[in-house]
Parts: sequence; C-alpha cells; structure tokens
Amino acid sequence: MNLTDEKIKFLEEKARDVRVSVIEMLVSAGSGHSAGSLGMADIFTALYFVILKHDPKVPSWPGRDRVVLSNGHIVPVQYATMAHAGYFPVDELLTLRKFGSRLQGHPHRDFLPMMETSSGPLGSGISQAVGMALADRMDRGKSSDRFFYCITGDGELDEGQNWEAMMLAGKEKLGNLIVIVDRNNIQIDGYTEDVMPLENLAHKFESFNFHVEEIDGHNFSEITEAVGRAQAVFDGPSVIIAHTIPGKGVSFMERDYKWHGNPPKTEIAGEPPKDEQEKIALKELHSLGGQIESQHE
Amino acid sequence: MINISQKLNPKLFDKDVEQIPIRKGFGEGLLLAGEKNESIVGLSADLTESTQMHLFKNKFPERYIEVGIAEQNLASVASGLSAMGKIPFISSFAAFSPGRNWEQIRTTICYNNRPVVIVGSHSGFSDGADGGTHQSLEDIALMRVLPKMTVISPCDSIEAKKATVASAELGGAVYIRLLREKTPVITTEDSPFEIGKARLYYGEEDVKADVGIVATGSLVFKALKVAETLKKENISAKVLSVTTIKPIDSESIISLAKTCGAIVTVEEHQIACGFGSAVAEVLVQNFPVPIEFIGVKDMFGQSGTPNELLEHYEIGENHILYASKKVIGRKN
Repeated sequence: MNLTDEKIKFLEEKARDVRVSVIEMLVSAGSGHSAGSLGMADIFTALYFVILKHDPKVPSWPGRDRVVLSNGHIVPVQYATMAHAGYFPVDELLTLRKFGSRLQGHPHRDFLPMMETSSGPLGSGISQAVGMALADRMDRGKSSDRFFYCITGDGELDEGQNWEAMMLAGKEKLGNLIVIVDRNNIQIDGYTEDVMPLENLAHKFESFNFHVEEIDGHNFSEITEAVGRAQAVFDGPSVIIAHTIPGKGVSFMERDYKWHGNPPKTEIAGEPPKDEQEKIALKELHSLGGQIESQHE
Repeated sequence: MINISQKLNPKLFDKDVEQIPIRKGFGEGLLLAGEKNESIVGLSADLTESTQMHLFKNKFPERYIEVGIAEQNLASVASGLSAMGKIPFISSFAAFSPGRNWEQIRTTICYNNRPVVIVGSHSGFSDGADGGTHQSLEDIALMRVLPKMTVISPCDSIEAKKATVASAELGGAVYIRLLREKTPVITTEDSPFEIGKARLYYGEEDVKADVGIVATGSLVFKALKVAETLKKENISAKVLSVTTIKPIDSESIISLAKTCGAIVTVEEHQIACGFGSAVAEVLVQNFPVPIEFIGVKDMFGQSGTPNELLEHYEIGENHILYASKKVIGRKN
C-alpha cells in the first residue's frame, strides 16, 4: 500500500489528535500508562484510518478484521483512536477509568462490546488471535480476506504463553495472523534488555516459523508497506516488530521507562514540575504537527 | 429406599453392578454434541485419548485442534475460537487444566463471557498410581469461585454424557469434572437430568429422615450404600446427588435440611472451598443445621489405588457412616 504525501499528512494530524486525547484522558483519570500509549499512536492511527476493513458505525460487522489488544494497559491509545475514527464520541474519552465508564482502565467487553477482547493480564493476546484465525480458516478456508491483528508489548513477551501460541501459529501456518510487537524497549522495572533480554527477537520469531518485518513504528509508509507484505504471506503467520519511542511526542517522556505506568502530573525526580507537565506535553504535541509538516514540504 | 422416580440403575446394589469410567461418558457425549452442532470444536493438550476426546477427533478431524502440552494456550485459543462463534471443548487432566491455566480461564474465558467448556479429567484420587501431582483435589474450589462459570461433577458415565450434551447448549463457560477409573453406573438413560438441578436418589421428598447425605461425583454411590447400611440399623437417611455444584440447587438443599435436620457432605476434593463449603454457604444463610464434611483435610495425595486412597484420606463408606451418626448426635 503506497501512501500519498497528502495521506501521510492526514495520518500525522490524526495521530497528533490521538496523542492529545491520550494526554487529556490520562490527566483526567489521574492514572494510567503514558509511554506505550503515546508510542503506539502512529500504529493505531494507521490501523484504524487506512489498514483495517471495518465499519465504525457497525462495530459488530462480521466481515471486519479483528484487532486483539494483548497489552491492555495501552488501551487509552486504542480508545482514543477508535473515538477519532467514529466508534463513539470523543467527549466520552474523558470518562476513562472513572466509575460507570465504558472505558475501563483495562478493556472489558462487558462494558464496551466493540472491543474484540478484554485484556490486562499479559501474554494471552496472541493465543486468542490464533483461536480467531483458526476459526476463520475453518469457516472460510484460505480464501478468507479477513485478517487477525494482535498488538503486543515487548515486555509482555517475557510471558511463556506467547511462545506456546507462536508454536501453534507456526504449526497451523496461519497466514491470516499478523502480530505487531511494540518494540519500545521499556517495561515497568526498567529497560527490557536489563529486566529480561529479548534479543535477538527477530531470530526468535523466525525460528517459530513467522515471517518477520522490522520497521520504524512512527513511519506511516513503513507501517502500511510492512502490513501489505505480511498480508501477502499466506503460508504462515507474520510479525511486525515496530520500533517505537516510548512517550513519543512529549520530550520529557520519550525513552524513559519511568513513564511506563504513570500519567502526566506525576512528581518524578528530574522531570518537569508536575503542574507544568500537561501544558508542556500539549504544547509540544500541537507544535509537532508543524514540525512534521515542514519536513514534508 | 431408592427414589424410584429417578429411574436409577435397577442393579445398583448388586455385587456385579456395571462399572464404566465417567470420562468415557464425556467422550460419547462430545461425539453426540458434535453431530448435532457443527460449531463444536475440540482442543486437546496432548491427552486426547486419556480424556476420551479421540472419538470426536476421529469423526471430525477438521474440528479438532492439538495444541501440544500448553494448557495456558489451550484456554485462550479456545476463547478466540468462541469469539468467532465456535463452541470449544478443551480437555486435559484437571491438575493441569484448570490447575495450570486458571488466570487464562478467568480473564480470557469468564471475564470475556465466552462459552468454552473446560473438561478436567482424572480428578480426585482417580489417577491413583500417578501420585499427588496428578490428583486434582482443588479444581472445584478454583472453578466455583469464578463469576460466570458453571461447575458440573457427574456421578457416573451416563450423567457425564448428558452433562456434555447439555453444556454444549448452555451458552456460557462450563467446567466438567471427570474421573479416570471405572465407577458404578448409578443412573440410566431415562433418569431425569438438568443443569442446575440436584436429585434425591434415596428417600422421599417431603418425608422426614434422620440425616441427609449430600454427595457429588462417583461418591454418590458410596453415599447410597451408606444409606442402605443405616436403614439396617433403623436410621433413616436421604441422599441428594448434586451434579451441578454451581449454580447450586439451594432449594433442594434447604428442603433436605428441613426434613433431616442434619447434613453430611461428601466429595473427593479438599474440604476447604470445595463442594461441602458450597452446601454450607446455602445452609448457614437459610436453614442452619449441623454439618459434617467428608473430604480431604488440607493434604496432598500420594500413590495408591483410588480405594486405598479414599480409605487413607477418610472418604470411605465407614467414614460417611460414622459422620452420619455423629451429625445426628449433634442435633439439638
């Protein structure tokens, strides 16, 4: 899939809107995960605005592609992207994590059935996507045009269940399965390679019989082209290892694991004063649009 | 005496009463359910024949998935299949599923409200020789604590077959507890069965008796034998067979307590948080009477034949008999 410059500019603006919503949501909630949510804004924007076959007005349309969010803690970015794509009102985003809200801190289908699964406990998303992909193949055979996307964090690959699921995906040659790993190198206790080394991650997936793509997860052309190649691989599952910058778009959060599980307005040593964090973040995000625009001129 | 309205096996108290493994009833039931509904799929974690899923596998190979020795994946793959409209049955030994994969069952099946049927075979002491690791004495507790989970513990192979067919049609998460070894066939094809309904197998409804024995699983047979023994000693007993542990049939249990005034619960499971606890939860809130619990007293199992182990862990007929007399003595 080749994107025109105009389309790229459109996506960059959408991703900026999503990031602004994420900051506003987390500030309103007073808790939540900033880094991964900001880091995955470009991937989610690409999915919901160009890649997915879906209908925001009819979320239960049977022909839709499925998005299984395995790392449920970054759901603010999915809620924000879905709202901006028309699934529900953008205003509702500010109810995140509040009593009675459909937008639970980690997604729960009982509250928001348009989510394909509930998640929070890590490491079970690939298994569920494998189950969905198997069902699709049973019902529609190899000619099915539905794809099953599973978004996982990198830290959660510490969980053994992922590797059970990968073995099965490889064994069953699930060409309709596309796993997207948010390779942002952080988890709660620190950098992934310090907590529990994952490298060589691409080789690990390859040895589980996955087709592997490695991309810059903030480059819309790379995202859509990698998905296109993954879709073309029909005799086995694919993984896209998306290198992202945790906290992308907010300078004091970028590449800093301390922002994995904290919202803006948190007192952290060496960071801006907590009462100024939201203002700085929103200002940077709004001006980011301008920077990107000038780069493309 | 035996409650004739339940149409139980007429040879129940014969020495040569027919004995069939409860798990076999599951295998036959899954085949029947699979023939009726093509949405049913079977998943195994390298224990296909042990759990009797091979009958389904041989008939419907395209609807059977072997996931290997990976119980966590087993549960969540089933969740994904059910998200697409399938009705998955997943089978393993109870010690491994739900023993190994409780969180996956909690989040990806129950929290997601997915109709997956979890079949835990070789529960209790029925996998005697393999020893304590393989003897699941905690699975009732693990499953009955989960919201949206139905828990079924059939008393024989015929009931297991009926429970399997009914579970496929229930539309929610179900746990079915099975035993490995042959146990007496208590019911017949004509015996009434319904998920959620306990059945009085010994004694008469609304008639008073000295003690009410509430049993689940194959131990219903031992409870019935004890009732016969008590009768010879001029002590009247009723036996309530509770196949559905959750949702529990409160009405039948309260009615039993009202007509007997003393209760003995019988299970092949830890006393803590198990079947007896479920019965006690009903009675202390509605009609408190003295209760004695027959079950495992906070210990792990070991190698032996199932009967040796039941005796050793004080779950034999003599223990039920003794508990029955003891609880009668506790009545005011």
